[in-house]
Amino acid sequence: MTHLVCCVSAEEERRVRANDREYNEKFQYASNCIMTSKYNIITFLPVNLFEQFQEVANTYFLFLLILQLIPQISSLSWFTTIVPLALVLSITAVKDATDDYFRHKSDNQVNNRQSQVLIRGSLQNEKWMNVRVGDIIKLENNQFVAADLLLLSSTEPHGLCYIETAELDGSENTLHLNICSRNLKNLKSVVCEPPNNKLDRFSGTLYWREKKYSLTNQNMLLRGCVLRNTEACYGLVIFAGPDTKLMQNSGRTKFKRTSIDRLMNTLVLWIFGFLVCMGMILAVGNAGWEKEVGSLFQSYLAWDTPVNNFLFSAFLSFWSYVIILNTVVPISLYVSVEVIRLGHSYFINWDQQMFCSQCNTAAEARTTTLNEELGQVEYIFSDKTGTLTQNIMTFNKCSINGQSYGKDTHTTCRLDFTPFNPLADPDFCFYDDKLLESVKVGDSCTHEFFRLLSLCHTVMSEEKRELVYKAQSPDEGALVTAARNFGFVFRSRTPGTITTTEMGRTVTYSLLAILDFNNIRKRMSVIVRNPEGRIRLYCKGADTVLLERLHPCNQEEYATDGLRTLALAYRDLSEDEWEAWSESHRFADKATDCREDRLAAAYEEIEQNMMLLGATAIEDKLQEGVPETIAVLSLANIKIWVLTGDKQETAVNIGYSCKMLTDDMTEVFIISGHTVQSVRQELRSVWLCAHCTRLYTAHALEADMEAEFVSTACACKAVICCRVTPLQKAQVVELIKKHKKAVTLAIGDGANDISMIKSAHIGVGISGQEGIQAVLASDYSFSQFRFLQRLLLVHGRWSYLRMCRFLCYFFYKNFAFTMVHFWFGFFCGFSAQTVYDQYFITLFNIVYTSLPVLAMGIFDQDVPDHRSLEYPKLYEPGQLNLLFNKREFFICIAQGIYTSVVLFFVPYAVLSNATQSNGVPLADYQTFAVTTATALVIVVSVQIVLDTGFWTVFNHVFVWGSLGSYFIIMFALHSQTLFRIFPNQFHFVGSAQSTLLQPVVWLTIALATAICIVPVLAFRFLKLDLKPQLSDTVRKHTKTQRF
Amino acid sequence: MGKVKGKPGPLARRPDNSAFKQQRLPAWSPMLTANTVLPFFYFMALICLLLGVWLLLTVQNTQEMKLDYTEAETCNKCFEMRKNVSNANETCICTVNFRIDKPFEGDVFFYYGLRNFHQNLRRYMDSRDDGQTVGRKKNLKDPSSYCEPFLKDPSGRPIAPCGAVANSIFNDSFTLRYHYSNGIGEVPLLREGLTWYTDKYIKFRNPTTDNLTLAQVFEGTAPPPYWQKPVYKLDPSNPMNNGFINDDFIVWMREAAFPNFKKLYGILFRNDNPFTKGLPAGNYSIDISYNFPVQYFRGRKEVVLTTVTWFGGQNHFLPIAYLVTSSLILLTAVVLTVVWWKFGKDGKNMKE
Repeated sequence: MTHLVCCVSAEEERRVRANDREYNEKFQYASNCIMTSKYNIITFLPVNLFEQFQEVANTYFLFLLILQLIPQISSLSWFTTIVPLALVLSITAVKDATDDYFRHKSDNQVNNRQSQVLIRGSLQNEKWMNVRVGDIIKLENNQFVAADLLLLSSTEPHGLCYIETAELDGSENTLHLNICSRNLKNLKSVVCEPPNNKLDRFSGTLYWREKKYSLTNQNMLLRGCVLRNTEACYGLVIFAGPDTKLMQNSGRTKFKRTSIDRLMNTLVLWIFGFLVCMGMILAVGNAGWEKEVGSLFQSYLAWDTPVNNFLFSAFLSFWSYVIILNTVVPISLYVSVEVIRLGHSYFINWDQQMFCSQCNTAAEARTTTLNEELGQVEYIFSDKTGTLTQNIMTFNKCSINGQSYGKDTHTTCRLDFTPFNPLADPDFCFYDDKLLESVKVGDSCTHEFFRLLSLCHTVMSEEKRELVYKAQSPDEGALVTAARNFGFVFRSRTPGTITTTEMGRTVTYSLLAILDFNNIRKRMSVIVRNPEGRIRLYCKGADTVLLERLHPCNQEEYATDGLRTLALAYRDLSEDEWEAWSESHRFADKATDCREDRLAAAYEEIEQNMMLLGATAIEDKLQEGVPETIAVLSLANIKIWVLTGDKQETAVNIGYSCKMLTDDMTEVFIISGHTVQSVRQELRSVWLCAHCTRLYTAHALEADMEAEFVSTACACKAVICCRVTPLQKAQVVELIKKHKKAVTLAIGDGANDISMIKSAHIGVGISGQEGIQAVLASDYSFSQFRFLQRLLLVHGRWSYLRMCRFLCYFFYKNFAFTMVHFWFGFFCGFSAQTVYDQYFITLFNIVYTSLPVLAMGIFDQDVPDHRSLEYPKLYEPGQLNLLFNKREFFICIAQGIYTSVVLFFVPYAVLSNATQSNGVPLADYQTFAVTTATALVIVVSVQIVLDTGFWTVFNHVFVWGSLGSYFIIMFALHSQTLFRIFPNQFHFVGSAQSTLLQPVVWLTIALATAICIVPVLAFRFLKLDLKPQLSDTVRKHTKTQRF
Repeated sequence: MGKVKGKPGPLARRPDNSAFKQQRLPAWSPMLTANTVLPFFYFMALICLLLGVWLLLTVQNTQEMKLDYTEAETCNKCFEMRKNVSNANETCICTVNFRIDKPFEGDVFFYYGLRNFHQNLRRYMDSRDDGQTVGRKKNLKDPSSYCEPFLKDPSGRPIAPCGAVANSIFNDSFTLRYHYSNGIGEVPLLREGLTWYTDKYIKFRNPTTDNLTLAQVFEGTAPPPYWQKPVYKLDPSNPMNNGFINDDFIVWMREAAFPNFKKLYGILFRNDNPFTKGLPAGNYSIDISYNFPVQYFRGRKEVVLTTVTWFGGQNHFLPIAYLVTSSLILLTAVVLTVVWWKFGKDGKNMKE
C-alpha cells in the first residue's frame, strides 16, 4: 500500500479503499457513467462524415466532385454528383443518428437509475452515474446491480444473496450463490486484478484488521444482474461504468460480408477499369480530333487558356470523360442494396410461420446484411443438444445395482405418485412401477440411489405455495425431480446444510464440501455428514469418467439407447480421511496461483475407490419437425453435419432418430482411430467407397490431415462429428470454408456453439433453454430448428433471387444510360459533351428509375413460398451461384451496351435528317437529348416490366409512378417559370413540348424500344422453351393449377 | 409497435397477420408463354409493317433538292477569296444554277446546311449567356464568364451577344431566283416564323427599351468580332426582327446535335403566281452573298429545298427501319414458332 499508480491505461492492479473517495480519486478510475453512444450533437456531423468517407465508394464520389469543380475539366455541373452523394450520405446519416439516439436514450435511462450510497455514515440516493469506485451501495430486492460490487453483507442468513444473471450471460432465472461470511462495516481496502472481460473469474485480496482474505468470483455481484429473493445487501464498488465486466464484454462482433458483396466489389473494380479504358479511348480520340480538326476550328473556338497543344487537351478530356461516365458505377447502388436487405430482414422478423407460440418468440434477423447468402448455403453445421433436441430432459430409465427399470413408453401407463408422496411433481412421468415397488419395500440400494440424487446437485429450491426447483442445467433438474417423486425430496439448502424429506421424514445433512462440476472433470461430488455423523462422498458424473474410478458394471447398455447416461457412486469417508483431505483442500483453495489446478488435483484425490450405485438415463427429446426439416434440407442439396460434444453411441442414435442416418445407408463408417497413423489409414480406406455415412471422433480432427478429412467427409451423405470441443467445432467450419469455398451456416443454442456461429458465414442461434448467449453472437435467431427450412428455402431463396435480379438490372440500366455518351463522343469531337440534360443525369438514378427496381428487389417472387418447400431442388441455383456471377454480369453489360447503341444511333439516324411538320429541323441538340432520354426511360421501364415477375400494388405504383414522374419533372424543368428565374441554369426551356409533340419523335422512340426489347424477349422465350429452369416449370404448374 | 406491446398473453410478440408482412400481397405474376409471346411477335411484325408502308408512302410524296455550293460554279472564286483572312470584309456574291424537274408542291422550305461544323463541342455549347439573350440588362453589360474568349472586345466593351456560338453565326445570305420564260424573277421567301415559339417569345428577348431605340440600348456594347453588323441592325428590312429576337440569330443559337446539319433559312411565300402551289418545275438560280469561310475546318456548305408532310421533311430512314424491323421480328417469330413446335419442353420436366 505504499506506492500508488496513477495511470489508468496501464493499470496493473486495482486498489480500492472503501468509503474513501479522496483516496480512490487519485487513481482516476472510470466513473459509473456509461456511454455506448458514438456521437453528440456537435461531433455528429464531422465524425459521421469522417466515418462515411472511409467507404471507398463515397470517397470516390467526393473525388469526382472535386474534379468537377475544376472548370477546364468539369463536363457536368457539380450538382449532378453532389445531389446523389448528399442523398446517400444523408440517408446513412439519418440511420446512424436514429441508432445513436436510441443508444443515448438507453444510456440516459441507465445512468439516471437511483441507487442508495453510503456517504458519511448515512444512506443517500444517488444517480448511477455519480457512483464512484469505493462507494458502498445498498441494494434492495429486484434492483439492478449498479456496478461490479464486492458483496459485503446481506440480510439473508449466512450472507447469501440470490441474483438473476439474465442480462449478463442470458440464462434466465438462474440464482447464484454469493457467499460472504465476513460481515464487515469498518474501513477496509481491496487489491484486485485490473478490469477484464472474463465473467467467470475474479481474484483479489481483502485487507481487514491486518488480515488478508482471498476474494473469488463467488464474492462478486456483477453489473447487469438483478437481486432476487434477498431483502437487501451491501456491496463495495470495485469496477464502475466502462470497467465493469458487462461493458467489457460488449465488444463489437466481426463484420461479415456476403459472397455477393465480394463479387460486387470485384465487379465495381472491373467497372472502374472499364471506365478508365473508355476514358483513354476517348482521350486518344480527342487527341486525334484536336490535332486534325480542332486545331483548324480554333478561329471559332480557341483552346482554353492553359491548353497549348492537343495532348494537354486530351489529358483534360480524359478526366472530363471520367466524370461523365462515372454513372456506370452508380452512387445509389450500395444504398439500394442496403435498403433491399433491410426490407428482407423485416420480412424475416414479420414471418408468422417462424413464430413459436410456446415460447412467444419470433424469428429475428439480427444482422441485416447477409440475407441473400441464406439462399446459397451448402453446408449446415448443427449442434445437437438444444438445437436438434429440445434440451428438455426426462428421467427415462435407471439401473440400480444391476437391475434396470424403465420400459418402452408405449406399453405401460404413467405412474401416479400423489397417493404415495404429497410433495411429488405432477408433471413428472415414469412408466415402470417396479421401481416404485422397490422404493416402497425399502431396498437400501434404491434408497441410497435416490438419496444421492437429492443431495448431489447445485439446484436451488423455492417453496412458496408449492416446491419449485431452479436448476442451472436441465438434466440436473430432471434428476432431482425424479428423486423428489420417488420420496427423496430436496427441500432447501444453506451454505452448510441440505434439508431433505426422505420418505416423509425430514432429514438435515451438513454439507461439508461441494466438488463442483466442470467440463474437464465431467462429474460433481458432495461430501455430507448425515444426522448420525457418518461422512459420505456422493458423486455423479459421465460414465466414462466414473468407470475409471470403480469396478466395471452394467451401465454400458444405456449408451446404446441414445440416452444421456450418468453413473452414480459413493464413498464412505472416515473422520481422519476427511480431516486430512479438508486440510489439503483448504490449502488449495487459499492458493493465489494455479488455484484451479490445485483444486482439481485435490478433488481427484478424494474421488477414488468409489462404489457404484447405479446409473441414470436421461432422454433428450427431438424437437418437433426435425427429421422432416433435415429431409427437406438434404433434398435441397444442403449437407448437414452434426457436431456434438456427446459420445459416439448417443450421436449415432440421434442420427438415426432424426433421419440423418437411414437403414439403407448400409455402410456407416466410423473413424475412431486414436493415433495419427490409424486415422489416416481409416480415412483412406473409406475413400474407396463413396456415398456412405461417417462419423468422426475428435481424433480425426487433431491430426494434420485436413485435406484428407475434407475430401472424405464431403463424399459422404451425412457426417456426424462427436466428442468435439467448441474450438474444434469452429475448426471444422473453417476447414470447409477454406477447402470447399462453400457457404456455411452454423446453428446452435449454447455458449459452446458461439465460436462456430461466429466463424461460419451465417450463424443462427436457437433461443431455447440454454440462455441467449448463442443468440447474441448469431446473425439470425429463432426458437425451433424446423424454422431453418423456411429461413433458407423461402427467405434465403427469395433474397438471393431478388438481389441477383436487382443487380443484373441495375448494371444493365447504368450501362445503357452511360454508354450513350461514349458513342456521342465520336460525333462531338470527343469534347465530353453529354447527351442528356444535366438534370436528367442527376435524377435518372435517384428518381426516374430507382423505385421500380427497388420494388422488384424487395417484393419479387418467382414461385410461392409453399412451392419452394415442396420442391427443395429450387434451392440449387443459389448454391451453384447461377443467378448472378461474372457470366451473368457480362450478359447484363452486353445488353446494356447494345441498348445504348440502339438508343444513340436510332435517334441519330432519324433526327439528323428529320424536320418538324413546320419545317424546323429536329437535329438540334436539345431535341436529340430529350428524345434519347425519353427513349432511355421508356426502354428501361419496359425492361423492368419484363423483369418483374410478381406485380404487387407497389410495383404498379412505382413503375407507372416513376414513368409519370419523368414526364412531370421534365415538363417542370423545361417550363418558362424556371427559365425566367434562372436563365443560365435551365437552357432547355420549351424543349419538352416542342419535342414530344412531334409524331416523328414518338415513332423514333417506339422503334428504339422495339429494337431493344424484341431480342431480349426472344432470348427469354427461347430459354424458357428449350431450357426451362425448375422454377419456371413450377411457376407454370402453379399458374395452371390456380386457374 | 405500441399496438403489439398492448397484446397480452403468449402471443404478445406474434407478428401481424397482414398480407404485406406475410408477403402474401395479391399480385399478378405474368409468364412468357407461347400463347402470349408468339401472337405478340406476329402482332408487332404486322404493326411495324403497316407503319413502315404508311411512312414510306408518305415519304414518297415529299421532294428534296440538295445543292453543295462551296466551290460550285462562280462560288469558286469566293471560296478562294475567303481563304485569306485579310479579305474578310470584302463582299463576294456568286450564283449557282439548278433545275427542278418535278414541281415541289405545298409548303417549300429553304435550308442552308453545313458539314463538318461542330456546334456540339462542349466548350462551344457552353460559350453563351442565356441571361444576356433573354434581355437582362445586367448580363448585357456584364456577360457571364462562360462567354470567354468572346466576352469583351480589346477595348474592354462587353460583347453582345457574347460567346463563341453567337460569334460564329452563319452569315451567307441567299436570293432564290426563278427563271421565267421571259426573264428572271425573285422567288419570295418568308424570313420569319423559322424558330420554336418558345425561342422567339421566351428564350430570346431584347432588353427593355424604355422609349429608347434599340441602338441606344446596345450602346456601350461591342458586336462579336466576326460580325459585320451589330446585333440591332441585323435585319434592315424589318425593324421588329432586330436584336436578340432576330430569327436567323435564334436559329443559329439553337445548336445542332451533329457536325452535319441544316438550318431553316426561309419558307416559300405562296401568295403570288406561280408559287401558290409551291415551286413549279423549271430553272432556278441562287445568288449567294458568300461570307462564311469553311475551308479552315474542311467544311462544306449547301442549300436544301424540301417539302414536308405531317411527320416532317424527307426522311427515308424511318420507314425503311420500320420495314426492316418488321421483317426481322417476323423472322424471329417464325423461328420461335418452329422451335416451340418442334423442340419445346412445355412443362415436361416437372417430374425431375
